[in-house]
Amino acid sequence: MSADSIVKLKDIGKIYDTGVEALKDVNFEFPVGKLSTLLGPSGCGKTTLLKIIGGLIDATSGEVWVNGKPISGPGPDRAFVFQDFALMPWATILRNVAFGLELRGVPKDERLDIARKYIKEVGLEGFESNYPHQLSGGMRQRVGLARALTVDADIILMDEPFSSVDEQTRRKFQEDMLDLLQNRRKTVIFVTHRIEEAAYLSDLIVLLSARPGSVSQVIKPDIDHSGKCPDEIRRDKNYLDIIDNIWRELKVYLC
Amino acid sequence: MGVSSIFPPISSILMVASTVLSSEKFIKAIEISLRTFALGMTLALLVGIGLGALMARVKTVREILGTWVNIFVSAPISALVPILMGILGIGEATVVATVFLFAVFVIILDTQVGISKADRSLVEMGHSFGANRYQIFTKILILSALPEILAGIRLGVIRGVKGVVIGQLLISIIGVGELFELYSKHFLMEEFWSLVIVVFAFALLLSEAIAYCERRVEYYAGSR
Ligand SMILES: Nc1ncnc2c1ncn2[C@@H]1O[C@H](COP(=O)(O)OP(=O)(O)OP(=O)(O)O)[C@@H](O)[C@H]1O
Ligand SMILES: [Mg+2]
Repeated sequence: MSADSIVKLKDIGKIYDTGVEALKDVNFEFPVGKLSTLLGPSGCGKTTLLKIIGGLIDATSGEVWVNGKPISGPGPDRAFVFQDFALMPWATILRNVAFGLELRGVPKDERLDIARKYIKEVGLEGFESNYPHQLSGGMRQRVGLARALTVDADIILMDEPFSSVDEQTRRKFQEDMLDLLQNRRKTVIFVTHRIEEAAYLSDLIVLLSARPGSVSQVIKPDIDHSGKCPDEIRRDKNYLDIIDNIWRELKVYLC
Repeated sequence: MGVSSIFPPISSILMVASTVLSSEKFIKAIEISLRTFALGMTLALLVGIGLGALMARVKTVREILGTWVNIFVSAPISALVPILMGILGIGEATVVATVFLFAVFVIILDTQVGISKADRSLVEMGHSFGANRYQIFTKILILSALPEILAGIRLGVIRGVKGVVIGQLLISIIGVGELFELYSKHFLMEEFWSLVIVVFAFALLLSEAIAYCERRVEYYAGSR
């Protein structure tokens, strides 16, 4: 395992009970402190792969190594942000955000303090005692992000976190997320099927082939976010070229 | 003997009611009824929620018990009371068992439904943050199934009230059953009806209290 990689996938294969072969021979090393995106056509096994990394489902073959050790399930080194938010409807925002710490037995006062801090950071101050159904989709996903941040995992796994959020909210949220993650040296593995989103956010794009998914290409967008406003980046030649390049690559599977 | 003697005017029922309610016999009967009801219901809750959860989570348990629970939930449990009397004797134990049997099956069934349709992604979320089985159960599954479980409890309570009355009627030597027997034998219709009103009011009150809890849960389960 090279020194600067934190998650290593070794020959990952997954065949579901139904006989569907979702993944085949996936090999990859995710660099530490970077935002890597899993991008690929619908049904190619992105969610499956992310859940295997999260330890939520077992691979049929191969191994996942995290921080130099093979995993056998979920662990405190990884935190998940779910596509459907996965917030408990009976619990307040504060309790939802603190839930990861609650499960770990962190004393109540301490965990609520930590939760308040992150609620503030994701921009939801004042909503602590609201319930999830009183929040918009974008705000709910901020709750999901705050919950993942409270447990202070090295690795954050996100499955299409912006998919049920409208376009304007998504852009704002993307910026905020980049800000939040920038200083923390978090390793983020991010699933999306939106090419622009991948090109805009990622340090690294892992293109997956159609089912059974495997790594078909790795792209480094190398977009400089510092000192530029988002709209400027979105008109950047480099950015547009990358999108074009990915699009041509993915078209192979669509036709 | 006219209708008016079987259905005395409400005013005379209410007049008698006050003396009935304060009579020693009545208080004693209520005491026994409440005690047996509470005991039977507690057992029904523990067993009902426990078995319901097991059936939802463990396939073999579901396969073994599923059919039986479905038969018993609609079976006339009263027919079993004579058998219970044979086993448990003529006394409080039989009434407790009757309450239990009246209430337990609907609680099992509703708990099972609630837990098996509990949000899978919440369970997955729990696992991802390191929840153990016990935490998944107490912090996610039970709460997620609470609307269904409460509905089951409300139906169970109503059946349990039926159970305590029918059990005591069939035994007819303890509790309100003894009173009903006494009043109807001596044709004390005012007393008889005031007892009926008390029992009805009790059942209604309990079921309303639970319905209130249900509404609160629905409120914040909101967009489930
Ligand atoms: N629990 C399951 N049982 C059986 N097959 C499954 C299961 N989950 C996923 N699959 C199948 O495995 C394949 C990959 O699914 P997966 O959800 O990982 O794809 P995805 O890339 O995330 O797709 P999408 O872009 O639609 O989210 C699909 O064909 C899917 O039908
Ligand atoms: Mg998916």
